[in-house]
Order: sequence, then C-alpha cells, then structure tokens
Amino acid sequence: MAKSTTPRASSAKAQAAAPAGADHNRPRPETPSDYEASKDELLDFYKQMVLIRRFEEKAGQLYGLGLIGGFCHLYIGQEAVAVGIQSALKPGKDSVITGYRDHGHMLAYGIDPKIIMAELTGREAGISRGKGGSMHMFSVEHKFYGGHGIVGAQVSLGAGLGFAHKYNDDGGVCVAYFGDGAANQGQVYEAFNMAELWKLPIIFVIENNQYAMGTSVNRASSEDQLYRRGESFRIPGIQVNGMDVLAVRGATEEALKWVQGGNGPILLEMKTYRYRGHSMSDPAKYRSREEVQSMRDTSDPIEGVKKYLIEAGVGEDEIKSIDQNIRKTVSEAADFAETSPEPGMAELYTDVLVEQY
Amino acid sequence: MGIAIKMPALSPTMEEGTLAKWLVKEGDEVKSGDILAEIETDKATMEFEAVDEGKIGKIMVAEGSEGVKVGTVIAEMAGEGGEDAAPAPKAEESAPPAKAEASPDAPKKPESGTANLAAEVKPAVQDPAIPEGTEFVKTTVREALRDAMAEEMRKDERVFVMGEEVAEYQGAYKVTQGLLDEFGGKRVIDTPITEYGFAGVGTGAAMGGLRPIIEFMTFNFAMQAIDHIINSAAKTNYMSGGQMRCPIVFRGPNGAASRVGAQHSQNYGPWYASVPGLIVIAPYDAADAKGLLKAAIRSEDPVVFLENELVYGRSFDVPKLDDYVLPIGKARIMKPGKDVTLVSYSIGVGVALEAAETLAGEGIDAEVIDLRTLRPLDTATVLESLKKTNRIVVVEEGWPTCSIASEIAAVVMEKGFDDLDAPVLRVTNEDVPLPYAANLEKAALIDAARVVEAAKKVCYK
Repeated sequence: MAKSTTPRASSAKAQAAAPAGADHNRPRPETPSDYEASKDELLDFYKQMVLIRRFEEKAGQLYGLGLIGGFCHLYIGQEAVAVGIQSALKPGKDSVITGYRDHGHMLAYGIDPKIIMAELTGREAGISRGKGGSMHMFSVEHKFYGGHGIVGAQVSLGAGLGFAHKYNDDGGVCVAYFGDGAANQGQVYEAFNMAELWKLPIIFVIENNQYAMGTSVNRASSEDQLYRRGESFRIPGIQVNGMDVLAVRGATEEALKWVQGGNGPILLEMKTYRYRGHSMSDPAKYRSREEVQSMRDTSDPIEGVKKYLIEAGVGEDEIKSIDQNIRKTVSEAADFAETSPEPGMAELYTDVLVEQY
Repeated sequence: MGIAIKMPALSPTMEEGTLAKWLVKEGDEVKSGDILAEIETDKATMEFEAVDEGKIGKIMVAEGSEGVKVGTVIAEMAGEGGEDAAPAPKAEESAPPAKAEASPDAPKKPESGTANLAAEVKPAVQDPAIPEGTEFVKTTVREALRDAMAEEMRKDERVFVMGEEVAEYQGAYKVTQGLLDEFGGKRVIDTPITEYGFAGVGTGAAMGGLRPIIEFMTFNFAMQAIDHIINSAAKTNYMSGGQMRCPIVFRGPNGAASRVGAQHSQNYGPWYASVPGLIVIAPYDAADAKGLLKAAIRSEDPVVFLENELVYGRSFDVPKLDDYVLPIGKARIMKPGKDVTLVSYSIGVGVALEAAETLAGEGIDAEVIDLRTLRPLDTATVLESLKKTNRIVVVEEGWPTCSIASEIAAVVMEKGFDDLDAPVLRVTNEDVPLPYAANLEKAALIDAARVVEAAKKVCYK
C-alpha cells in the first residue's frame, strides 16, 4: 500500500542528513543557510526565472499548434533550481549535464532562447541543427553536456565529466541533475560508488518534483527521503527547498565548498514541483487540480523572488517592465523558430561520424 | 600403488605451460592442499596443489621446462602405503581418466569445439601497407594490443585505460600487463564490477575531452553497458549537430571462448555493426591488432574493438616500425585466389585460411579476405574479388541470423548480382545458444571442413 504523502521540507529551508550510527565521526558539510543576494542578483534571478517560465509557456503553445513534435518536457515550477545552482557556478570552468527536461538549464546558462526554440521546432538554426530536438541539446562552449534522453544516463556520464575535471586538474566541478524517477535507476548507484571511491568533483542534484511521470515518489521509492540515497556510499546529502532560489543558491555554495575541498561528491535533493504534465501528452490524472493550485498559490518560486524584490525596494513598475521585455524576447524567439528554415537534406548525412574512413 | 601427477589445465584455453618451479623434491611427504609447483601459463603464474596424500616419487619434468603440454605426467607420487612409485604405465592405468576409457562414449579428454577454430595458418601474402624490407618480430596478439595502448599512452596524455582488473591484477587476460607500472594509477584504473557505470564514466570523460580506453573483461558483460555504447557514445555527435564528440575505445574479448557456455560465448560484431555512429573493428592477427588499435585510439569517433580470447596467446609477425597504424575501414586480402572468395573476420579468418589450404589440395584456388573493420564495411574489396572469382562464401564465428554474413550476402546481391555465378553461402555457427558439452559445442561452431564443403558447392564440385 502506498505510504501517506511525505511532508514537504518544513520551515527550515535546508537540512543536512543527520549523522548515522558509527559514521558520526565522519566530517559532514555544514547546514547551509539562505544566500544573501544583492538587489542586482535578485533582479537577475527574477529575469532568468521569468524567462524560463514564459519560454516554456510559449513552447507549450507551439506544441499545441503542432510546431513542436515528439516529447516536450516543460520546466514550469522548477525554475528556482536551475537558476539558483547555475548562478553559483563558474562559466567555462564548471560543467553541467542533465536529463531531457533541459530547456530551463540552457536558458539559465544564458544560451540564446532563439536557438533553443529553433531546436524545439526542428530548424537548421537550432542548437543541434534541428537534429537533436527538445531532449538532446548541448553547448560544449558553455560546458553544457546535454540533454540526455535515457533516464539516469546523465548520472554516470556526469561522473565521467567529474573524472575529466580531476584528471585534468582544472579545478572544475560537474553538476549532474536528475529527477526523482532517475534516482531509482541502478546506474545512479554505480556512479555514486565510483564518484565517492575516486573523490570525483561532482554535485549530484536530484530535482524531486514529486512525480516520475505519473508515479509519486512514495509509490516508487522505499527510501523516499532522497537526500539519504548517497549515505551508504558515504556521500553526504542535503535536502533543500527547491522552490526558493535563495535556499538553492545557499545549498549550492555549501556543496561547492565541500567538493572543492577535495571531499568528493555531495548530493542535493531539491524539493520542487512541476506544474505541467510530465510531457505534453500527459493527462495528469494522478494528482488533483487542487494540489497543483495550492502549490502555485503557496510556493511559487517566481512569486517568492518577487516578494524579495519588493522587500529590497524594487517597484512594481520596474518588475512590469522586466516582464514586458521578457515577453518580447520570447515572442521573438518563437517567431525566429517558426520562420527559420528546416535543415537542408544534406544534413541527414552529416555528423554521423567525425572522420572519413 | 603410485599416482601420476599430470600437468594441469589452469584456464579454459590453456594447452601448455612452463613448469616454473618445483616446491617439493623427491621423497617429500605431502598432504592434500600442499603446493607442489608453480606453473606459468600465458596469463599468469599459478600454484599447483596436491590433491592426495603421499610421498613424492620420481619428478619427471624438471623445473624451467617450457611448453609442457596439459596432461603430461610431471611426477609420480607413491600411494598411502608409502611404496615407491610404480612404473609409469601401471600408474597410468589407475588414473581416473584411464578408467573412463572403458566407455566408448566417454572421450579421454573431451575436446572443445574451439580447437577447430585454433588453426595456425599464416597469411599467404604480406600486408601491402607494410614497406618492403621491414623487419618482423614474433609477437602474441596479447602483447600487440598492450604495445598499441602503451605507445598511444606515451604519445597522448589524454589516453587512459579503465576496467575491471586492468591495473593491479595486470588484466584478467593479461592484455594490460605492465601498464600500471609504466603509467601509474592515474591512467590505469581498476573499476568495481560495474559495467554500466564505468562505460558511462568513460563516455562522459570522452565528452569532457579525454581519450578513454574502456576494457570489458569480455563483451558478454558489455550487455550491461550497451546503452551507453549506443545511446550515449554513438549518437551524441549527430544529435548535437557535430558539437559534441565522443572519442572512446570500448575493447575486450568477443566471441566463443572454450567450454564456458552460452552466457560467455557470443559474437557481438553484428550487433554493434548495425549502429550508425560507431566504428567496429575485429582484427585477426597480431599486426592488425596493433595497427588497428592504435588507429582506434586516435580516432575522433567511438570505436568498438572486438578481440578474441582464443587468439590472445598466438604469435604472429608484427612489423618493427616506430608507429604502425593501419587505416580503419580497409579489408585485407590474406591469400589471393581465382576460384572462390572466402570472406571472414576475427577468428574466422584462420578457419578460412585453413579451408583454403585444403581446397588448394583439391584444385580450388580460394581468395581469402579479412574484413578487419565491420563498420564501415569495405564492400569495395569484396565486390572487386567477386568480379574475379564470381563466388562468395562468408565464414563467421557467430549466429547466422542478421549476421555480417547476411549483410555481405545482401550487398553482393544488390551491387554484384551480375558477377555472381552461384548463390552466396554463409558458414556460421549453429543458430543455438552455445552449449557446454564438448561434443555439442564442437557441432555448434564453424570449422574448416564446413567451409570446404560450402566452397565446393558454390564451385559446383
């Protein structure tokens, strides 16, 4: 029988896993505190999160019009996670890898929304020349390594990116994002084992949006407190309120300190929520409208930052003007994605192999 | 009553070994479990324990003797009565295998079907890629593979080897012997038994700019990792519009080993060769193993490099050149001929060469082609040969369905139809999981006799 719903992270925005049994002498990361953002930083967070929200809403519309095909997984509701973590990383030094719900991470990286949207519509100007689609986007330039369609694959691949950082001694850290669903894949634990064994510089981030497609965490996970999932590999875990960008950023700072200190990997469980279906074709019968609405009303990450902005003295007018600019950016990206040409037929055969044999 | 102590087989493929050291002398009393001798196989030095209690009688093979065949009597042991060793023939009679001879159905030592794959036939012509006058060195396939890795690791700091038992154990099949000593633990890395995981770690490292060589103890275990080989490594360059490369080599033994049963005996050549985005190489001899592995490590594309355990210990001539690299995607004519073309790869090449020798005795001049690379397939060399012989038999140590042999047949039908004077025939393993019993295993695997029969059939003889 299914367990009762797990209470969400309580008023304490983040908590480190309690030391257990004989391991209590092991060093552990400190319990993170919320990041103290400047007004400019808050504005940046707000802009990025609103950009992701509007972009994803537009993608949903284009999907409905048949301009985007296949699978399309929207990030709406989870914006604080990608934005909070990304803001703590060093561009060009740290690497990121994620699963197929990847649009938000790319936007948080500052990648041009036009070429992301053009990839969604399968156009030559897309970031993968239209050959990857929503789930398979990469930007090696930004050290963003995808965009992977097989649930959990990015965790082992991420360990490999961490391995490369260590091998090259370049000081970089890999962030490997995966969902609560992927957290039940066997290879995740193979990667955990090697990452800790070899003290790889990697932050494992579980974006726990409560549902693996239609299956709630409680119906799929014997240990539903996912931040504990690394403990048997001696990977410390921290549970974080993933709906609050400052909590996310604060926890990421602590995680970076841990990893950069040569302690090996760390696991962050971001408790978050997706407002939309798993993909566009999801009727979402597994949860009530009320549940979604209550989350929107009480925990919306964008409303949260807006509140911080107003507390910091930013006026409603300034916020409105930001909103308008973002709507314009997204609408231009959509126009670009709708009007730019499909790949030439020659593209069918390019890039299968790098070399000629 | 004496007991004959015989040279033991210490691995499924061991046929002979070196008696490195005796740890007992004549007249010593030994108990079950005492170490009698150290025996060196081509893979390792192993201790050989006494099974029975008794007194060591005569030592018949001196320490330091090389090439002692499995089953040779190396010493005699007096029985419990403490008598001196009886004369050898009598001792033989009382040994268990001799008793077994009573039944005509029970062979003295069941012979693995892989013995039929172990033809020691050398190519009739030198590889044209090797300059005239080059000196050759006898090298085992195992050493050639190791040399290829070592040379590339010296050249390129980004190259590293990762897998189970590759470092401290010196390789489950000793292919990575010595690499840890030369390159250290940073570049020669033992993994836990976690194929899916370390295949992913390697693939991620390649995406991150390194040049991993991932060793699978055998390709049977790579089934656990095939998702990363195909979904992560092979497709990424295409899916990223050419942005993200994955220069990685997945290597290890492939195909039937000896008497290890169905789960450890399978040829994955056709599986991987069906995947766009992969390079698939399956060399036969030591020179190709070296030249092609070096090319694989240098390639910007992901490579599946299929070796064969049964040939690891075999010696071939390897050209003594500073940097012997072969082109990927080029087949090699191992023996020119005019009557029929035998196309094969990996261990099947030896079988085809053996068949060609037999056919020569019967007046049929067979051309033997080693495909060497399974993807991209060098169909031009096959079609060119067909123009000359008008007959093709494909020899493949693997299943018949959706095989490389099927692919060759299709290509020949599509592009060489007018040159065909007979249907293309496939000589492959039987379409069953490989059985353990020696007689059944033998029946399931290809051999030269079947190739000869097929060649005669297409020659209408």
